[in-house]
Amino acid sequence: MKPAPFEYVRPGSLPEALEALARHAPAGRILAGGQSLVPMMNLRLVKPAVLIDINRVAGLADIRVEGGELVVGALARHAALLASELVAKHCPLMAEAYRHVAHGPIRNRGTLGGNISHADPASEMPAVLAACDAKIGVRSAKGARTIPATEFFTGALTTALAAGEMVVEIRIPTAKAGQGAAWQEVANRQGDFAMAGVAALVTVAGGKCTQAAVAVAGMERAGTRLPAVEKQIVGTALDATALAAAGRMAAEVVRPVDAYHADPLYKRELVETLTVRALAAARERAR
Amino acid sequence: MALIPISLKVNGTRLERAVEPRRLLADFLREDLDLKATHVGCEHGVCGTCTVLVDGQAVRSCLSFAVQADGCEVRTADGLAKGGKLNALQQAFWEKHGLQCGFCTPAMLMVATELLERNPRPSKAEIEEAISSNLCRCTGYYTIVESVQRAAELMQEGAK
Repeated sequence: MKPAPFEYVRPGSLPEALEALARHAPAGRILAGGQSLVPMMNLRLVKPAVLIDINRVAGLADIRVEGGELVVGALARHAALLASELVAKHCPLMAEAYRHVAHGPIRNRGTLGGNISHADPASEMPAVLAACDAKIGVRSAKGARTIPATEFFTGALTTALAAGEMVVEIRIPTAKAGQGAAWQEVANRQGDFAMAGVAALVTVAGGKCTQAAVAVAGMERAGTRLPAVEKQIVGTALDATALAAAGRMAAEVVRPVDAYHADPLYKRELVETLTVRALAAARERAR
Repeated sequence: MALIPISLKVNGTRLERAVEPRRLLADFLREDLDLKATHVGCEHGVCGTCTVLVDGQAVRSCLSFAVQADGCEVRTADGLAKGGKLNALQQAFWEKHGLQCGFCTPAMLMVATELLERNPRPSKAEIEEAISSNLCRCTGYYTIVESVQRAAELMQEGAK
């Protein structure tokens, strides 16, 4: 199908974009890569009256390291992040998870800011950002604020963004010595939506896990951390017994929703296995 | 809805047109420019059949608006053959039977064009990953992979 008619606005700067967003709220939608928004428009699931195309806003796609944080502009393309040496070095969890994100042509256009604003529960990056305790930098015509990734995702396809606000950057603490991270995922085919995905980030000191973050994709909402699992593994040696118990706990606490190729029971089983694998790989990398 | 003027290059030709904002790039190419090589399948980004190159990058033309291509250079399979002669990639698809029904072929050619421009000697795994964005329901992909491998050979020979 074809999209419903809309008015098209193409700001050249961030202030112009924010002004357009304020002027057209709540009818205006930001068009970034368009790889989730345009399919929904083609299917007439959404009919925004105004599209604010930010693709020509300068300076919104930078990837840099600043003050112990990897800072990613909202308009950075998935392809650029997948190829980035800064990402590989400072957020290896993101680099690993990106290998599962869509296909080349989608990654050429899709952006990190758009991805998290869309907040698809099956999406990898919300889980990665939640596990890394990233911060989401948000702007509106009235001002700026920072939202922890763990509070940004509020439900399936819903976020803490208010009307007139847009994501401008994502700040991720850089990987530290003693940390290990891993992404594990099962999808029907390479690049398909995840049936289940698990991010694990652990810090190991003196043979014991001192900090842990576990987040899942493919469940009820995007970017879900599993604090019960994290609590259970901190203080253990991440040995086989601890990992098996963590896997069982993860399978119990997740809230899977039915999907065409994966019913909730199967998803729980996937989460159990993937949690064990992700934690084991993260433990090895923490050495 | 007001028409918006755009200026772009398509297969090397500079064009000026006016488009409705909701005009998809795929429909702009097919209907407004009568360039029918770009096929339209699912219209929501899954099948890859509408893939074209915009400024050298493979993109889904069903997920782009023509108005966004303002100032850009678009390449489609219509522009691959020169003077009625197949280019090396097309020749390789011919030799290796890289198509059966042909519906997915123009987009496979564009994905492979992007790959070979970026990576003139791709491994089998790299070819498989590149074409994994596009659905083919005839070939089982084997002959498409062989075609891209053959194209890389032909291009190496041509470069000598």
